[in-house]
Amino acid sequence: MTALLEVEDLRVAYGKIEAVKGISFKVEAGQVVTLIGTNGAGKTTTLRTLSGLLKPVGGQIKFNGKSLKKIPPHQVVSLGLAHSPEGRHIFPRMSIEDNLRLGAFLRNDKPGIEKDIQRAYDLFPILGERRKQAAGTLSGGEQQMLAMGRALMSQPKLLMLDEPSMGLSPIMMQKIMATIAELKSQGMTILLIEQNAQAALSLADQGHVMEVGNIVLSGTGQDLLHDESVRKAYLGED
Amino acid sequence: MNELPQQLVNGLLLGSMYGLVAIGYTMVYGIVQLINFAHGEIFMTGAFGALTVWLWLPGGTSMWLALPLMIIGAIVVAVAIAVGAERFAYRPLRTAPRLAPLITAIGLSLALQQAVWAWYPEAKSARTFPQIDGGPFEIGSVTIQTGDIFLVLAAPISMAILAYFVMKTRTGRGMQATAQDPDTAKLMGVNTDRIIVIAFALGAAFAAVGAVAYGLKYGEINFRMGFILGLKAFTAAVLGGIGNIYGAMIGGVVLGVAETLATAYISDIPGMDKFGSQSWADVWAFVLLILVLLFRPQGLLGERVADRA
Repeated sequence: MTALLEVEDLRVAYGKIEAVKGISFKVEAGQVVTLIGTNGAGKTTTLRTLSGLLKPVGGQIKFNGKSLKKIPPHQVVSLGLAHSPEGRHIFPRMSIEDNLRLGAFLRNDKPGIEKDIQRAYDLFPILGERRKQAAGTLSGGEQQMLAMGRALMSQPKLLMLDEPSMGLSPIMMQKIMATIAELKSQGMTILLIEQNAQAALSLADQGHVMEVGNIVLSGTGQDLLHDESVRKAYLGED
Repeated sequence: MNELPQQLVNGLLLGSMYGLVAIGYTMVYGIVQLINFAHGEIFMTGAFGALTVWLWLPGGTSMWLALPLMIIGAIVVAVAIAVGAERFAYRPLRTAPRLAPLITAIGLSLALQQAVWAWYPEAKSARTFPQIDGGPFEIGSVTIQTGDIFLVLAAPISMAILAYFVMKTRTGRGMQATAQDPDTAKLMGVNTDRIIVIAFALGAAFAAVGAVAYGLKYGEINFRMGFILGLKAFTAAVLGGIGNIYGAMIGGVVLGVAETLATAYISDIPGMDKFGSQSWADVWAFVLLILVLLFRPQGLLGERVADRA
């Protein structure tokens, strides 16, 4: 069986500076895979390359058996790869509902879109209560919910979440993590970048530790959670 | 006799013409943060497009038949030039520092003026623009000149079409998304390159409608007509809050009314009697621009955004 996403020897550079120096990993359908690592390790660069916003200088990206290297970003989403970007990036002057509709920008099945908007409101009731409100007026946690809900509106095969808990209160962080767990239990395939390594590894089937552009350690979520070097570097233990 | 209602209507009409042209400045700025200083000349070429269609039609064609064709001609020419400018002049500079496309816009503006001057038949001086027969129309104490009837209809219809397009269509929503966050819009599946072309094309189309209005209002067009009018429309866009399409129309109307009232009444103020003539109208328009930039730089409907010029 081939994996849903196969990344092989991926290299990405900003000018002459290589930010991702040849990484390889796979995401199987139904799995949650997490990339952890410090700032500047190349995690966000990797996701932005997968969704086509950055062009790789080398390596292969295969999604659902198809190479993504030559596909412009606005077509990647139609293949089933949704990306909820770091910093949430909701459309601040649009209503919550219009933000969700933009998530379904390429879909034509009106009844299906309405059903999925309702599903997003079931997943995050606060969004439903404020559906007409401008998204820029939401709190950070609510904006994160909206960004996730919006990404789900494209009916993705793979959901990429970049730092969903960044800057959130501990309670909000728990809520977001619980939602990711719920999506996992529904069978959603997720590629997760998280600074909260503890939470991410507890959820993940597979984890990869990135350091300055390389994957330095890989294993199951549980393995990494109990790995001594990971505990020291990312879980704040000594 | 109280002539204030008449002056207000005159200002409203003039202002809605500014507004039609201002839409192009504000849309392009909203999407690519470029002040397209060639937009005034795109407006001018639209007027010559309309005139060309008129000259092709057999003599004695009724204006009511000719006008729709002239509008189409104006739109075709203006849109073609705007889309060409985007593709060949601005797109290659999209990642360049902001000053580069700005200078290109100014260069393009001069080039278009000179091209019309050099190659359009007899365009070295003003050319007569065909007029609608009949009128003027009296509504109570207010007179609407025949040439302005077109604006009375075209401005609200254009605005309604634009509002519908931006708020209700998929492409319109993609346009809003691109204006607010282009990278994230791409992640949603919005082809932002196409959105940019559409923004240029739409702005040019509304400017072309404005150009036909200009020809009907003043009775003649010339290769320099886009310069002052472009500056006024740009002022209107800034006044309304650049990047905001409703702001463009409102800014246009405010500017038109302010300019008209200043011209009509400022000489009544003791000591200001020298400043009341029509030749001071442009001065009042730009005084208004300076006041807005000093006291409300984000414009009437604009938001306070730090990096907006």
